[in-house]
Amino acid sequence: MTTTTVNRRDFMKIASSAGAGLVLSFYLPSAESELFAEPLAESFSPNVWLKIDPSGIVTVTVAKSEMGQGSRTYFPMILAEELEADWSTIRVEQAPAHADKYGSQSTGGSTGVRTSWEKLSKAGATVREMLISAAAQKWNVDRATCYAEKGTIIHRPTKKSLTYGELAEDAAKLPVPEAPALKDPKNYKIVGTWIPQVETAARSSGRAIFAVDVKVPGMLNATLLRSAVFGGKLVSFDATKAESTPGVKKVVQIDRGIAVLADSTWAALKGREALEIKWDEGPNSKLSSADIQRMFEEYARKDGAVATKEGDVDAAFAGNVRKIEAVYNAPYVSHSPMEPMSCVADVRADSCEIWIGSQNPQALLNSTATLLGFPKEKITIHVTLIGGGFGRRLDNDFGEEAVKISKAAGVPVKLLWTREDDMHHDFYRPASHHVLSGAVDKDGKIVAFKHRVVAPSITGQRAPERIKDGMDRGVLDCAANMPYTIPNVLVDYVMAIPPVPIGAWRSVYASQNVYVVESFVDELAAATHKDPLEFRLQMLDKNPRMKKVLETAAEKSGWTTKLPKGRGRGIACSFCFGSFAAEVAEVSVVKGKVKVHRMVVAIDCGMGVAPNTLESQVDGAVALALSAALKGEITIENGRTKQGNFDAYPILTINEMPKIEVHVVNSYEKLGGIGEPPLPPVAPAVCNAIFAATGKRVRKLPIGNLG
Amino acid sequence: MALITLTVNGTNQSVDANPETPLLWVLRDILGLTGTKYGCGIGVCGSCTVHIDGEAQRSCATPIGSCDGKSVTTIEGLSSDLSHPVQKAWLEVDVPQCGYCQSGIIMSAAALLKQKQKPTDADIDTALSANLCRCGTYNRVRKAIHVAAAKGGAQ
Repeated sequence: MTTTTVNRRDFMKIASSAGAGLVLSFYLPSAESELFAEPLAESFSPNVWLKIDPSGIVTVTVAKSEMGQGSRTYFPMILAEELEADWSTIRVEQAPAHADKYGSQSTGGSTGVRTSWEKLSKAGATVREMLISAAAQKWNVDRATCYAEKGTIIHRPTKKSLTYGELAEDAAKLPVPEAPALKDPKNYKIVGTWIPQVETAARSSGRAIFAVDVKVPGMLNATLLRSAVFGGKLVSFDATKAESTPGVKKVVQIDRGIAVLADSTWAALKGREALEIKWDEGPNSKLSSADIQRMFEEYARKDGAVATKEGDVDAAFAGNVRKIEAVYNAPYVSHSPMEPMSCVADVRADSCEIWIGSQNPQALLNSTATLLGFPKEKITIHVTLIGGGFGRRLDNDFGEEAVKISKAAGVPVKLLWTREDDMHHDFYRPASHHVLSGAVDKDGKIVAFKHRVVAPSITGQRAPERIKDGMDRGVLDCAANMPYTIPNVLVDYVMAIPPVPIGAWRSVYASQNVYVVESFVDELAAATHKDPLEFRLQMLDKNPRMKKVLETAAEKSGWTTKLPKGRGRGIACSFCFGSFAAEVAEVSVVKGKVKVHRMVVAIDCGMGVAPNTLESQVDGAVALALSAALKGEITIENGRTKQGNFDAYPILTINEMPKIEVHVVNSYEKLGGIGEPPLPPVAPAVCNAIFAATGKRVRKLPIGNLG
Repeated sequence: MALITLTVNGTNQSVDANPETPLLWVLRDILGLTGTKYGCGIGVCGSCTVHIDGEAQRSCATPIGSCDGKSVTTIEGLSSDLSHPVQKAWLEVDVPQCGYCQSGIIMSAAALLKQKQKPTDADIDTALSANLCRCGTYNRVRKAIHVAAAKGGAQ
């Protein structure tokens, strides 16, 4: 990459008032999730603020939610780089929700860095150039003799210097430069370096404030009893016993159930236990996982909507080829962030204030405005730190509940979901069913690949009117667009939507599809007796970035070295959310029990902007994927979720965490995401390693005990 | 209701509560110590870990009635300025992601280091395997415990 110049557009505005230093506001275009795009007005409305106060403190307002992925760290890093700021002077503020001021505040789809990079860089460079001009004017010297370094402008010949704080007010009066030069990445001092997260001290001291920790005057603690059965409706209730529970102050009804409000959390929980409710369980009262499986198998015999058609698969299958067939299944899994859903809401006569850890606060702003009939300006949403998102908090059902309860009760409330509430009322990763057939020729190449996906669609469940001809291409992410060149391909889709609520789960549909495709490709490789890496590489001549990450992961894993008996290596790759990932898993299987020892991850996301948070994101993607692959399964019984807590739904523990090695391949191509891309290859790499170790193919998740 | 007296972070407290109330909710709702987190309510996730008379315990499964006369230390009492060796190691390794489980993990780690000055990986597995983290900070947790041990973490 070389130095680039940028044109000034109408996205910057400089403001200054006496003693305030410099305030720069600029506009980042809406950074929508690829899968849940909501168009926003493109009119000028600044959405990021940079403030330099006279003491030199640089405050950056961040409009994306912070859930551990590091938005409060990498946004300021990008900006500080071009600004040549002293990192120790950087402070971060969280923006409240606003209809359009900040563009899209939706935090999902691994969009953070890639959609903000350019504008943050330009903003930093703009201010840097203005500070240089201000210093040059003050000293009455040629600005070319001045440069910026660590929060000061230095006059090269005389070595005299002024700090950003001293220059901010003068700089604010200058015109905004037309085309500030961006730095050559070779000269980066902050981007690409290992910087601790801004929130680490708060998170290591108990001082980090999540929504569940918020307390406002007059607030009552609330719990809500909902129908355990999906779609069940309230018939009648008796609150006598609940109301007489010590500490309980009120019992109110909202559309989704009965809320118990008390002066303490414990009293609200005890009061809820004492509620007597009669439910109409409706048509789903007998629904079971077996019914859903039967539905998928039946739908698999229907005609599918064609997503990818290349060549002629039928003709290819009729040729002199070896045909392999397989059926794969993936279950529903839960998000289960460590902080269960919670929200504080204070609905007053003509205004409302909310504290919530939401990945999509603007959606809550919209629904609250509709719900209360208030203009949006009367609704304030404070976005707190999030105790784990993984896609769950893109939905604001818990926020809407809190608003309704506060409105019904006429007091501020903190709604707490118990772990059981959280697991029973999740929007799960969809279960899916896959029917595949492939043909390999005598040269050991795939000549035909057929894949029928039978799965629910999130859009199909929530907005069926948006579905045309039975197709939702999002569901086929990484299935319809495989990385390989194969002459004859047919991928089609049969939409099957059981009445189980589904939502976005880290990497969304890619997590199931990559498991299936990469496992089946491995089956085809095994059928040809080819090395699984070589088998993939021969189909990747047109995909050099994927080739590179595969080669890197393989090399770093010692792919060609021998493993002790009982161990196996497996490889898998994927392209999603803008990044290429390839992973090698090393596993052993003892008496049916699978142990993952090591994961080698190679990733090409353009450039590693923030290596520390990048590595954490890979750790997190691997851990979440392993939890799901090894043991994650939500099952349905009598119309409700069977699992309610971590005893019945175990997740990965420290003794099960493999060694993880991360290798970033800097291609300097367009920036890609990092939160989601490392997740999909985990399950197939592990399953392929199990095959290498035992000869056993895992065609149904979770892996569980192989017996 | 009953009057229970206990020491929390070195301060004597008298709490008027139903003795069945879990210590967790007394800490959070009555004493305003929100660093200790609710994660499961059945003592399996470790987010609510505190020290009771020096031992790591699950406050969500500890009735306040059983705490009479006991000494409780929460994350807020571990140090007021992140000076505890475990916290220092946490900053050095940059362990937390979302941070929600971290108070509990830090308290478990601090209790482990009090028992074993130089814990092995197996010791860490045993002591920490019931502290769940959904963000996957485990490898950094392990590393930070070793860092704290190397720097004399058994404070």
